[in-house]
Amino acid sequence: MNQETVAGGGNFRGFVNFLGQTTLKIIGELGAVAIFFFHGFLLIFSFPFQFRKVVQQVYFIGVKSFLIISLIGLFTGMVLGLQGYYTLVKFGSEGMLGAAVALSLIRELGPVLTALMIIGRAGSSIAAEIGIMRISEQIDALDTMDINPMRFLVSPRIAASIITFPLLTALFDVIGIIGGYLTGVLLLGVNSGIFFNRIYDSVVAKDINGGFIKSLVFALIVSTICCYQGYFTHMRPGGFGAKGVSLATTSAVVISCVLVLVLDYVLTSFLL
Amino acid sequence: MPQPFIEFKNVSKSFGNLHVLEGVNLKIYSGEITSIIGKSGVGKSVLLKHIIGLLKPDSGQILIKGKPLSEFTRSEWREFKRSLSYMFQNNALFDSLTVFENIALPLVERTKLPSSEIRKKVDYRIHQFELQDVKDRYPSQISGGMQKRVALARALVTEPTMILFDEPTTGLDPLRKNAVLNMIAHYQHEIGFTGVMVSHDIPDVFFISNRVAIIENRKIPFQGTPLELEQSDNEIVWQFIHGQEVLQDQLTGLNSRPELERLVKGLMEEVASKKKVFSVALLTIDDLDEIKKNVGYIASQRIFQCLAMSLKGLLNADEYAARFGSCEILAVFPGSGEARAIEVIKGLSRGCSDQELMDPSKYKKVCIDFAIKAGAFEVGEPMDMNTLIDRARERQEIIAKMECKGVAYKK
Repeated sequence: MNQETVAGGGNFRGFVNFLGQTTLKIIGELGAVAIFFFHGFLLIFSFPFQFRKVVQQVYFIGVKSFLIISLIGLFTGMVLGLQGYYTLVKFGSEGMLGAAVALSLIRELGPVLTALMIIGRAGSSIAAEIGIMRISEQIDALDTMDINPMRFLVSPRIAASIITFPLLTALFDVIGIIGGYLTGVLLLGVNSGIFFNRIYDSVVAKDINGGFIKSLVFALIVSTICCYQGYFTHMRPGGFGAKGVSLATTSAVVISCVLVLVLDYVLTSFLL
Repeated sequence: MPQPFIEFKNVSKSFGNLHVLEGVNLKIYSGEITSIIGKSGVGKSVLLKHIIGLLKPDSGQILIKGKPLSEFTRSEWREFKRSLSYMFQNNALFDSLTVFENIALPLVERTKLPSSEIRKKVDYRIHQFELQDVKDRYPSQISGGMQKRVALARALVTEPTMILFDEPTTGLDPLRKNAVLNMIAHYQHEIGFTGVMVSHDIPDVFFISNRVAIIENRKIPFQGTPLELEQSDNEIVWQFIHGQEVLQDQLTGLNSRPELERLVKGLMEEVASKKKVFSVALLTIDDLDEIKKNVGYIASQRIFQCLAMSLKGLLNADEYAARFGSCEILAVFPGSGEARAIEVIKGLSRGCSDQELMDPSKYKKVCIDFAIKAGAFEVGEPMDMNTLIDRARERQEIIAKMECKGVAYKK
């Protein structure tokens, strides 16, 4: 029917038609994701708690990301130290370096970069793993065994993300500040007492809370999107089997990254 | 008949433009094994998935103990689902769990049994299916046959009252296949579960099934006991139960028996009305059953195949031949007199004597004499099939012979 309308209606009608269809599709998809999230989130609290599975996921998403988060945190802090010094020294206020590094890390870079790194490392594999389980009928098998696949697969991952994202963000922040110290103090000769005192003076609870809220929101978004993409691999038009899984993984990563950056802006404007 | 446990009423299902089921009616009774047979890709698995709710019908109803599935409450549905197991065609094992964990999963997730109890139950199944050596391996590390057994063990470990088997024996070697079928039958006798099995393994499944349903062309043309199946004169049914012979006939280019019977019936009507004649030739391999019993199945089939192929080579396009029983072939020559039939028989006697199978030295271990007999008969007046065969048989003479002579090692 759509194609007939498009063919018969000229370019403008075709465009409006396309716009309407796409909008409806996006809104429908958003609704589906929201329902998927609430379903998975509420099942975290269903009895008996899946303590072991959550711990396994915390290990996979959190502990295994330890090294990469530390590495990225260190270099981000170091480059912030260099760039910050270069800018601040022009105004003769290189003493503010500690505050600059710490605030930008805690308020902005910490939550965002941590989320992006976890998307790349754990999010993609969550989407691929669940996607493969879907196409090889393992999810159907769970269903036939009367094991709720949402509870079995999705809830532990959401719970583990809620636990790990803020912790990894905190780790990133601390190591980033150490990185800033390395370049700012040890390399460029900023006074170490001033460096830490400025941090102590300028960072307030509101900054830390803001970063914490961001990392929590990112945790929910990333885990939901990645699980959702994998879980509905088979519904994807044109993607079957391995191809479907690869498309699902790609979408999971791209959509999560975009949403993290967009939401970061939205949250910042609310939290400022 | 008692009330069926599961009943499909006019169930239809399509995937886009692909119509898989159309007005399917099927009855599955409690405590029995029902086998669903059919060619690949006709919707057997789709049928099975409807029972467990993985697929919903586009129209029609599925009744469980007389109650439509669509009217089940949540708790009723869960209770029903907990009472059954599903064995997937591709096993659907959890590939990130070991064999042991796979089998234990339904118990771990669904029951509150202590872990020692679960271990005991799982070990029992592992032992039963000879999986001790691989219990700590992952599904991708074991062979396809082993995966099948793991899937079966997982289906049985919850001691369900109903099991849906989606091709439980496909991909197993003949010995293991028998073992699996035996296990299903044995366990069914012991526990009395209701089984629904989708399979290609004909005739093996007939031996353990209480009921058989054939699915073909989106419908179920036959359902009934294996005995009723054998007595049925439905052509699709006939092809299924004579699967091996059908294959042979296809290999040799023979027509199917129902086809030939139809043809003869038509010719008889012509004989009655227009006074046209036709002739037949009946070929018999004497002692083929003895060869099958003593020398072997393959030898007996090769001899038959050889005869059928030589015959087929001599026939014209409008002449037909089909297997009649295990050791007879009937050839029909429409519009020709007896002379044509005799000509073919003569050609056959020349062709048969120089075949490898007629050489006694090839039978090194066991050798049994056999003879090929042929008789021609011209049909000038209407008669029934049995009379026709009897007349032809009366005229049979030996056209070729294999004698073991000195090299005979008769049993």
